[in-house]
This record gives sequence, structure tokens and C-alpha cells, in this order.
Amino acid sequence: MNDTDRIGRFRFMDAQRVNLDGFAVEDESLGLIAFSAEADPEPTLVLDAHGNVVEMDGREAANFDLIDEFIARHGLDLSVASEVMALDDVEFARRIVDINVPRAEIIRLAAGATPAKLARVLSRLRAAELVIAMTKMRARKTPSNQAHVTNRSDDPLLLAADAATAAAFGFREIETTVPVLGDAPSNAVAVSIGAAVGAVGVLVQCSVEEALELELGMAGLVSYAETVSIYGTEQIFIDGDDTPWSKALLTSAYASRGMKMRVTSGGGSEALMGAAENRSIFYLEARCVSLARALGTQGVQNGGIDAASVSGSVPGGARSMMAENLMVMMRNLEACTGNDALMSESDVRRTSRTHPIFIAGTDFVCSGFGSIQRYDNMFGPSQWNSEDIDDFLIMQRDWTVDGGLRSASEPEVARLRRRAAHAVRDVYRFLGLADFDDSWVEQAIDAAGSKDIPAADLMTPLDASRIIRQSRVTMVDVVAALDACGYEIEAERLLAMLHARVDGDYLHTAAIFDEQMNVMSLVTDANDYAGPGTGYEITGTRLTELNGVRQQRSVSDLRDEQAAAAGNHFTVVGAAAAGSDPTEVTIGVSAATGRAIWTTLSGLSVVDVLDELLAGLEEEGCRGRIIRINDTVDLGMIGLTAARLSGSGIGIGLQAKGTALIHRRDLSPLANLELYSVAPTVTPELYRALGINAGRHAKGATPEPVRNPYSDMAIEARFHTKVVSLVAIERTCLSPELGPEDLELTR
Amino acid sequence: MSTARSGRDTADVTLDSIRLGEVTMDDVTIHPDTLVRQAQVARDHANPQLAENLLRAAELTLIPDDEVLAMYEALRPGRSTTDELRALSVSLSERGAPRTAALIDEAAAAYARRGIAKQG
Repeated sequence: MNDTDRIGRFRFMDAQRVNLDGFAVEDESLGLIAFSAEADPEPTLVLDAHGNVVEMDGREAANFDLIDEFIARHGLDLSVASEVMALDDVEFARRIVDINVPRAEIIRLAAGATPAKLARVLSRLRAAELVIAMTKMRARKTPSNQAHVTNRSDDPLLLAADAATAAAFGFREIETTVPVLGDAPSNAVAVSIGAAVGAVGVLVQCSVEEALELELGMAGLVSYAETVSIYGTEQIFIDGDDTPWSKALLTSAYASRGMKMRVTSGGGSEALMGAAENRSIFYLEARCVSLARALGTQGVQNGGIDAASVSGSVPGGARSMMAENLMVMMRNLEACTGNDALMSESDVRRTSRTHPIFIAGTDFVCSGFGSIQRYDNMFGPSQWNSEDIDDFLIMQRDWTVDGGLRSASEPEVARLRRRAAHAVRDVYRFLGLADFDDSWVEQAIDAAGSKDIPAADLMTPLDASRIIRQSRVTMVDVVAALDACGYEIEAERLLAMLHARVDGDYLHTAAIFDEQMNVMSLVTDANDYAGPGTGYEITGTRLTELNGVRQQRSVSDLRDEQAAAAGNHFTVVGAAAAGSDPTEVTIGVSAATGRAIWTTLSGLSVVDVLDELLAGLEEEGCRGRIIRINDTVDLGMIGLTAARLSGSGIGIGLQAKGTALIHRRDLSPLANLELYSVAPTVTPELYRALGINAGRHAKGATPEPVRNPYSDMAIEARFHTKVVSLVAIERTCLSPELGPEDLELTR
Repeated sequence: MSTARSGRDTADVTLDSIRLGEVTMDDVTIHPDTLVRQAQVARDHANPQLAENLLRAAELTLIPDDEVLAMYEALRPGRSTTDELRALSVSLSERGAPRTAALIDEAAAAYARRGIAKQG
């Protein structure tokens, strides 16, 4: 469009952040379609007389690709296949959201459904139905969350301090990774130590190349694995240097060392890599999820993940990402539900993408909440980042929803960060890995991100990692070092994680540890949602924790704040009588003014406000008289009562919180001459102007009203809690039996 | 309390024993019998595929880390000829790892069919 044809409204709309995002026209040839591409197959499943699969989703066995073959051989419960394949798509979809059909029945049916069948069924669920389905179908009753802890310099001290911080905020899994592959062992050790400082039983992974990740696991340096990627087309799978069989072996290898693991898929990756075979994003993801179950892994991280912005660019993309997560739950697997890579520049849009999943609750709401600064996130910025932790905590409180986080106090986090940084310094020194100087330690403790740590040396993690690998340092050595350096609590915590590898209970679906090292999983904490009054309830200490955000204030907090500004400025002269001086303007003040409230919402002292009003009156040759109104908190009545006692018939009303108006004795209570309704924005100059205008009214003039200052801030959100408390304080100061009293102001 | 691959009870694997230098990773690695037991739990919770994985894992507990890593490498695309995979399968079968052997045998056929075996 020609610039001359443009209009301001659209130039303004274009400047909004959502318009930085990319939006694609659906294009099946590129795989840019969320659901139901032309090329998506009809669901079919044909068995021969021996019970072997000879056709699946429209493809004969001779033409199976590697993914088809692995699913056909391992992934399907053929005893229910004919039942579920014959079941009408909508009927199946209805059963998923029907609270009277138990989760176990859905799991039984889904086990026999081919990828195309499940894709068709789940594509029928609307957004609200997905929320109910997810609430019912997730494996673990208690929701949880996972954090990213990384930084640009692989700084071990900052990693430890940030891991301790993440654990303090309630994350039960921590995922780290590296900008420099060689740093991986050091990162694994530093994050494990930091997590152990922060809390009992926090699982730790280090996301790196498959073989190195397994090696770290075998040495006990991490306690679970997640970055075992699978894809929905054969070409991309092989490009990723794996096959379903190599992944199956990897899956068993982790279990053989007693380690939890899940695989990673996520729709849109095939389109991103240019090999979507004209299929829809959701169908290809259905193949991944079927394959995950066939591999025998306990869980899946999906919901876009690295290609979240691909799904996000097409119609229905956010819904398809959520449906991907639901599909994992339908396969009776742990769902680590994306909300990981940032999929929008818009705060509104990224919140919208997460919110239904947050409300439903999942095994891990985020498969990587960036608990660190965006610039330090070596996975790239997350959907949620350290600047959003307070938002997330308050969203939990707003909705009474457990998103897996809890509040942590500043002194406690400071203590944990100090202990974590010191523990890593001492252990690295003890094991001969590195020496850190005091300035580095102090900077890491205080740092909000790696940019705050000029003392960091990039060679330190690389050298430490080389030594860890060369001398085959294991978690047993780290435990011994912690113990020897005086960190017995943390040594015990990491030893308990090693014991858990022997028990094998955390190999089960959706396993995490609580803070007594009890395993919570599909086996021990099964989701039993069956409608209102069932399933996960937030009660007791968890409810207290969830509601008790650090920002909340009570009336007594506000009383203390006001008392700090207390002064004895007002003396009662006596009962106020009607005046007769035509130059007199009364100023009615509320009952708490100068008795329980001394500071207005804009931060002025009530004495200063009165001085401005009096000075304004004086400029107009009028005389002010201050009267306390003892029988009402209503500003209109305060002003009117004052006006009726005024010699000129004009009165000013002032609440202690700063709201003010001009009244006249012949008007009704709610009709006034001028009103400053938004107390937090009223300045001394404006009070002066109000005094001047009251004086002009007293002289019979019609002054130009002063405009209320405009603000685009959420003034009410900022101040309404204070207003409620201040009005409550005003009420406690009422003495209806007392009439209006003249006050003398002393400064 | 559980018994580790080394035969040691976890109750005996304490900070005290670590202080004495008497603990290795073998003392904190899962025992195959435990995996067999956990496989039954997985089966009882409607996940026979997880059960099968844990049974394969039970077999792999007996195979050293380096060998497991090498097996993974051998199964990646284009790394092994069909014959090499079959030989690996036979050796695993002989070493008491029949489920893993079957998996690799299956891979050998699939890789040959789809043309991703290394050409010998």
C-alpha cells in the first residue's frame, strides 16, 4: 500500500509487538497446516491371520518407513485395536471429556489407536474441551514445573546460585545446557550442587549431544535425561543421526543405570527442516507420540518446543500444541508440556498460549521455564523467564491453580545463593577443578545475570570439564567432596538421589520427588480426576504457600506505614457553627485525617495538602476554615456538610487519602462543582488550583474546572487494595455522636 | 532399601562409607532384578512398552558403560553393516541379553530394507 493511503489507526496497530511475529498462510506443501492436511492418511489397521500388522494408516507393511515399522511392531495394543479403530471419532472425543468415563478406560482404548486415528479424534476437541481433557488425562495428580538454568559463560558459580534459586522457587526439575559443548560436565556438577543447596530431590539434566548426555548420566552427574529427540518423518529422523532402534537402545540404556528419561518431539520441526511430506503438523506429531510409547520411554516433552513458532504461525497452532500434550497423556505417558521456546514477541499472545495448559495442570507445565535472564538462556529465550516469576506466582494465586511454583523470600534466596556459590568453589578446589577468587564469588551471589559478573573466566569451566572427564569424576566423588568441605546436608541430598537410582521407583511415568524424597508418579500419585470434588485439590500448607505472595499487604501493614509519617498537627477548637463571613470557605476533612492517616495516596502529607488549599483560597482573597466531619466517610457528604457550615456556602471536601472536591450548600450530596477522583495522581499544584477555584466559586464566579490528570497506568490495580484499607481505617475513626468540629492546624 | 548391582544394600551406602572411600558407582547402580520387578509394576499400570524397556534395561545392567555407548553408536544410521548388526545380536543373545538381541536383529532387517545399513 502507498504510504499516502495509510491511516493513523493502522500505523498505530502495526507498531504493536504482536506484529513482530510471523503468520503463515496455510500451505500443505510446506507442512504449514496444524490439523487435517489432504495428505494425512485415513486411519486404518489391518492384521493378518497371525496377528501381524499388514497395513497401518493406509500404508502396507512392505512400504512402512522406519517409524511405521517400529510403531506397528511395538506400539499398539492389538487386543483393543479393532474396537477403537471402529469407534466413531466424535464418540471417542466425547468419552475423553466425559467425567463419567474413567481415565483408565481412555488409556485402554488409546493403546490400540493408530497415529492417524488419535490425530483425528483429538482434532475434534475445542479449546475448552482440551482443558477438561487435560485435567482428567494427565498421569500425575500433582502438577509440577521445570526450569532452565544456563548462562552465556557456563559460569559454575552462577549456575549453582541460579539452580539453588530455581529450587527455592519450587521447580522440581532443572535443565541446563551449554553454549560450549566441552563445558557440559562442569555444568552438570555445578547445577547438581546448586539444586541440592536449594531443595531436596530436585532432578537435574544436562541437555547435550545424545552420547555425551548418556555418559554424564552413567557417571551419576545428572539424574535424568530429556533431550532424546524423535521426529515424525523418516528423513528428519535419519538427518538427526538416529533411528527408532537407536533411540530404543538409548531409552533402555538410561533405565539400565536407573535413570529417568523422556524423549523430545514437538510439532513443526519437520516443516522447519523442510521434510514434512505434505502432512499436517498434528499428524506428524501423532506419529512421534505413538513412537514414544513404542520405544518404552516413560514420557515426552512436546508442544512445539524448538518449532513452537512454526505451529504458532498457522491457524489453530496454539490449539494443536496443546492437543499434542494431550496426546501424550492419552498414551499414558508423562507430559512435559512445552511452553518452552518463546513463540511470540507479545506478552498477551504468549500468555494466551500457556494459559489453558496452566489452568488444566500438567506433569510439567513448562518443559523449560527460563528461570534465568533471557540473554542467559542458552536454549534461547523461553516462553516464561525470570522477569515473569512474580507474574506466574500471582497467576497461581489469581486462579487457585498450582503451576508448580512457590514464593521465596529475598533473605532466604540470598542465603541459598551464597551457600551454593561457596559450595561449588570449595568442591572445585577440593577436586582440583578450579580456583575462584572472592570477587567472582561475590558477583555471582548478587548477579541477576552473567552480565553482572565481569570477574568470570571462560576457560575455567572448560578446564574443569576436561579434568572431570579425564579423571572420571563421578557423583560419588562430588558427594565425598561436599562432605569433606562441610556441606553434609547437600552431600546427603545428592547421595539420596544416587540411592533413588538403585530403587528404580522414579523410572515410572511422571515421577518426581517430593521434599521428603517420596516418589510422586503415575504409580504413587495417580490422577483420579472425575469431575468437581475429585482429583488434585490445593489445600493446607500448599494453599497458604500459593496465596502468600510477597507483595500482599494487610490493613495493619498500612497502619504501620501511615504511623511512620504520624504527627500531631490538629487541635480541636470546639463544635463547628455556621459561618457568616461571605469570604469564608470551609475545608471539611475526613475523620482519620491527621489522626490515623497522615499521607495521601500521592505521597503528600495531609498538612501540605491543606496548606496548598489554604494558599489557593488566600490568593482569591478568601479565608479557609478547617472542619473535621465525624459522621461519614463519604466525600460528597463531607464536602456538603462543610459547605453548609461555610459563610460563602462553598466548601471543600478532603479525604485523608487525598480525594477532594468542591461543594455548594444547595446541591445534592452526589452533585459537586469539581472533583479530583484519582487521588494518586493529584499534585500540590492541583490542590492549589482547587483552592483557587473554590475561592472563585465563593465570589460567585464560574471558574474553568481543573482537568483531572490523565494516566494510562492501571491506577486502580496499584491502589485499590490501599483504598480498601484506608477506607476501613477512616471508618474506625468515625464518631457519629460528635458533630463537626473546628480544627486548628499547627505545622 | 534396595540392593545395588554390586550386591550391596543402599542402607550400607552412607556418607560414612563414602568417607572411607568404599563406594563406587556400582554401589549406586540399579540391580537387574529390581528392573524386572519394576517392569511388572509398569505392566500393572497399563504400559507394557515401558515394561519391555525395563526388561531390556535389566539385560543392559550387565554390560559395561563403554560397551553400551558403543552399541548405541552401532545402531545409528549408516554405522554398521547388516552383518555387523546380526553379529552384535548373536553375541548379545549368547551373553544373556535376548531382548536386546531381538531389538538389534529387528534393526538389522529394517535398516537393510530401508537402505540405511552401512554398505559392507
